[in-house]
Amino acid sequence: MSPRLRAYILRHRRAYAAGYLLSVASSLLLMVNPIIMREAVDGIRRSVSLGRLTFYALALVAVHLFVVVLRYYWRTSIFGAARQIEYEMRNDYFGHLQRMHLGYFQHTRTGDLMARAVNDLNTVQRFLGPGLMHGFGTIVMFFISVVFMLAVDVRLTIVMLIILPLVSLTFIALAPRIHAQFEAVQDQFSAISAKAQENFSGIRVVKAFAQEPHETAAFAELNREYIRRNLGVIKTSGALWPLIDLFLGLAAVMLLWQGGQAVITGRITLGQFVQFTAYLGLLAWPMIALGWVVNLMQRGLASMKRLDEVFGQKPKITDAPDAPPLPVLRGEVEFRNVTFAYDQTPVLHDISLRIPAGATVAVVGPTGSGKSTLVSLIPRLFDVSAGQVLIDGQDVRRVRLEDLRAHVGFVPQDTFLFSDTLRENIGYGLAAAAEGVVREAAGIAALDRDVAEFPRGYDTLVGERGVTLSGGQKQRTAIARAVARDPRILILDDALSSVDTNTEELILSGLRGVLRTRTAIIISHRVSTVRHADLIVVLAEGRIAEQGTHDDLLVAGGLYADLYRKQLLEEALEKADMDLERA
Amino acid sequence: MSTHFQEDEILGKAYDARLMRRLLGYLRPYRWAVIGSILLLLLNAGADLLGPYFVKVAIDRYMTQGDLAGVARIAVFYLGALLAAFAFRYAQNFITQVVGQRVTYDLRMALFAHLQRLAVAFFTRSPVGRLMTRITNDVDTLYEMVTSGVVTVVGDLFMLTGIVIAMLLLDWRLAVVAFLVLPGLVYATFGFQVRMRESYRAVRVRIARINAYLNENIMGMPVAQLFNRGAKNFRRFDELNRDHLDSNLEAVRYMALFFPLVGFFGAVATALLIWYGGGQVVRGVVTLGLLVAMLQYTERFFRPIQDLAEKYNVLQAAMASSERIFRVLDEPVTVEDPPDPVPLARVRGEVEFRDVWFAYDDAPASGNGAAEWVLKGVSFRIPPGESVAVVGHTGAGKTSIINLISRFHDPQRGQVLVDGGDVRAYRQRDLRRCVGLVLQDVFLFSGTIASNIRLGDDEISDDAIRRAAEFVNAHRFIERLPQGYATNVVERGATLSAGQRQLIAFARALAHNPEILLVLDEATSSVDTETEILIQDALRKVLKDRTSIIIAHRLSTIQNVSRILVMHKGRLVEEGTHRELLARGGIYTKLYELQYRDQELRPRGESRHA
Repeated sequence: MSPRLRAYILRHRRAYAAGYLLSVASSLLLMVNPIIMREAVDGIRRSVSLGRLTFYALALVAVHLFVVVLRYYWRTSIFGAARQIEYEMRNDYFGHLQRMHLGYFQHTRTGDLMARAVNDLNTVQRFLGPGLMHGFGTIVMFFISVVFMLAVDVRLTIVMLIILPLVSLTFIALAPRIHAQFEAVQDQFSAISAKAQENFSGIRVVKAFAQEPHETAAFAELNREYIRRNLGVIKTSGALWPLIDLFLGLAAVMLLWQGGQAVITGRITLGQFVQFTAYLGLLAWPMIALGWVVNLMQRGLASMKRLDEVFGQKPKITDAPDAPPLPVLRGEVEFRNVTFAYDQTPVLHDISLRIPAGATVAVVGPTGSGKSTLVSLIPRLFDVSAGQVLIDGQDVRRVRLEDLRAHVGFVPQDTFLFSDTLRENIGYGLAAAAEGVVREAAGIAALDRDVAEFPRGYDTLVGERGVTLSGGQKQRTAIARAVARDPRILILDDALSSVDTNTEELILSGLRGVLRTRTAIIISHRVSTVRHADLIVVLAEGRIAEQGTHDDLLVAGGLYADLYRKQLLEEALEKADMDLERA
Repeated sequence: MSTHFQEDEILGKAYDARLMRRLLGYLRPYRWAVIGSILLLLLNAGADLLGPYFVKVAIDRYMTQGDLAGVARIAVFYLGALLAAFAFRYAQNFITQVVGQRVTYDLRMALFAHLQRLAVAFFTRSPVGRLMTRITNDVDTLYEMVTSGVVTVVGDLFMLTGIVIAMLLLDWRLAVVAFLVLPGLVYATFGFQVRMRESYRAVRVRIARINAYLNENIMGMPVAQLFNRGAKNFRRFDELNRDHLDSNLEAVRYMALFFPLVGFFGAVATALLIWYGGGQVVRGVVTLGLLVAMLQYTERFFRPIQDLAEKYNVLQAAMASSERIFRVLDEPVTVEDPPDPVPLARVRGEVEFRDVWFAYDDAPASGNGAAEWVLKGVSFRIPPGESVAVVGHTGAGKTSIINLISRFHDPQRGQVLVDGGDVRAYRQRDLRRCVGLVLQDVFLFSGTIASNIRLGDDEISDDAIRRAAEFVNAHRFIERLPQGYATNVVERGATLSAGQRQLIAFARALAHNPEILLVLDEATSSVDTETEILIQDALRKVLKDRTSIIIAHRLSTIQNVSRILVMHKGRLVEEGTHRELLARGGIYTKLYELQYRDQELRPRGESRHA
């Protein structure tokens, strides 16, 4: 068993111990009722008084009342512990993921992490709850019943002990076969899913080449195979419960035959025969559960293994053990011979760049030139492969992560907002979303007028359950979110790509005041965004191709000048459009 | 993914007569099998109920009389009944499951076939994931309903009725006394089910919240980390998690009470029978064997009642699924074949747009609001055999032209004509047989290279495939693949380069030999020089003597076609040859500067324009 799982269980050992004690107690108590029935039946044969019968009846009810109480606490203590562990494990899972580095999430599919949190955790919980409860309970019940049965008649008990294991064996024998056949069914089901998905995603090609009949035929073929494989499961699994019933019935037949003869020969009384029958009834469920429990255990442990795989991953970006707290920051950023490779694919080569505190630097360059990677090194979304990134002369890896990130306002390229109110999204980086700060940030990001148009203002929910924001509105919300933190260093990673030029102008003028005292790094494809920067850095294939001011670079006539020329053409086309509309 | 979690929360009624009737319609073809299955259920219930009666007979007739052989005889009868019950039950289960499989098949095929008829617009609007859920999980839920829902409900009812009748027949007074626990039992069971249902719903809603939150946080983890949300988000998660724990613990308590309680009712029934029945035996009204048989019958009461109560959930889930499935099945087919299509046998290949106005959503048709017209009064005519390039900035409406000719969409105003007939007058299949489409982002199906060129058209021989591949310069690289034309395409062709995929697309279009060829040749990611030359050569060859419309990205293409249509913001603004248009110095000139001129400066083929 996984040491982690054992630790969780041990933490709740009292609940489990209590549950197991209650299990033993209630099983013992359950043995009493058949004895009362024996007394009653034998008494009836001897024509006892009605008073005596009333006593038996009341005793039956009273004993069972105790059983109800014991079983209630038995179940709640063990199931409760299982749920408690599930809760703890889920929190630990989340906490663990929170510490993992960005690279990990890029390598791991969200769906996979979700599947483990949803399905595997549930399977483990079923092992911890029903698995451990019935695992112990059935064994206890089995031994106690057998002891009481032996007390009635050894020969009958032996007969039962020959037949009853067949019930468990049926389950144990058929379960793996059903499982294997079921896997074959699942494979086919995946094939069906894959085919459907392919068809839906490629529907244009399907239609363009008039492939609908062919596709439908192929889909039908897959579905027929699915039925065929399902028939295998049906034949096997369909036998499971009828067989279990058959064997339990067989035990009853043997009891009737052998027990009947024992009554006739006087080895046991009729009451004892009834008592024995009752024990048989009590044993039925544990015999069935035994196979089920084995299954629960196997699956639970397999799932725990998959969870352990996630827990076993170490976060790569962490605080240095003796990282000092970061004092007030001036905001100077320096890249010193920075090289970065992403999975052995080199992205940045030997970049050296010093950005003085308070300066505004623009980074431009073609797609894939390493712009986003460069800025993501500052708040340590990634760590350099070689070289150093320094703020105020300190290596970022020597600073406490939380302090470092508190000083950086980052607007990522892909805007990610949380399904919460606008207020919460803008104030995402604040301890509490103060109204004034949120409004001011929204004003700087030119979002305030949009918000005013929402019926619920800043309480508007974002995302699937709320309003659907336009790409530009999302970007502006992300800008407001970054600005609201009052960072020393503001990073805009292509953060104005979805807003139109007029709004861009508005945001830039709003930011200008903010940027006067802050360091800013702005990635953009638009000349209009970057032309006023103190320094423009042009990246190409992971190296700095050229740098200088707008005017310097135009004179140089390199990549930047080319970009500028194209931008002018775009503007001209845009204008041509307006002329057309007027015409 | 998050939508998936949210959809799970929506559960409606457990029974909806309209839906049920429609669902039962799918069972009609198998009604005899269903009837047979119900008969078997009856037989099974009968065989099953014999056991306690045999016990009565054994006790009264043989055990109390000391008849050893009699006991053995009755044991043999009992065994026979058991075997019969086993056989009935197995057969019944088999028939039910097979019917269930067939119904599932029918439903899934109906869904798929219907989806094939729906317009492309429907697929643009519906996420693939949601359609997938319809065709996989929702259909399976219905299988569940057919097999373990409807049939077992009937079986449980038979069993209950059977027990009641058997007990009444044996001795109605004892039966009535035993039935005294029934109201309590039924009340407890169904009351418990209601509680459990609410409890489970609460649990489901909470786990959905947890999962949505977790999902969102995994996707937005960089943002959460950058904004130092660690502690705060953890507290929020803990809240959600604790909420879930609390509602789970509540469910645990109900469960913990319910199962022992059912056992308790059993004990009460036993006590009642011993108290009253015992007295009756003592008074000689009934036999002891009868009392024991009664005790055994009461034990069998509990399983069917519990089963019935549980069926509610199955039915509820099935109703929700069927509602979603029927919503897709009821989705109207917007691009439809005309009732009496014009035959399209020998196609010359003339294409004409006559004052075409088109918007992707239908709002403009109703005339309200500022219409998002993608095409605004576009008219042009392409005579058979001519190659025409369409150029324009993003959003100019180039792709829409192709979409309208293939009839992926219909225009709101004006007409698109092929060979002088409106495309809406032809059968879609006929039209698309003569209109070939080469998309930039080549869609490869799972299968082999050959099957991707042939697609479903079995009339295309291996030889024809090879000729087509040779013609478009694809043969050489295909032959070098491990199994040549029989090489499997994995993961949509991930192992092939972009250029190779494009060559396959040309081969595909050529093998089908369409009279009209539409090529969407927009910005390509880096293709190596050698392949680029092959592609340009292939493109030139397939365009020759064929009516073609190319959304051109390559300079070589626009230089080679006889006419260029310049689109701008939904209008056709300029028209002419490359030289004529350049000379004019209008929009084309700017576009050329922006998109094509670089290709002149760089070595041939090294186009890296984004």
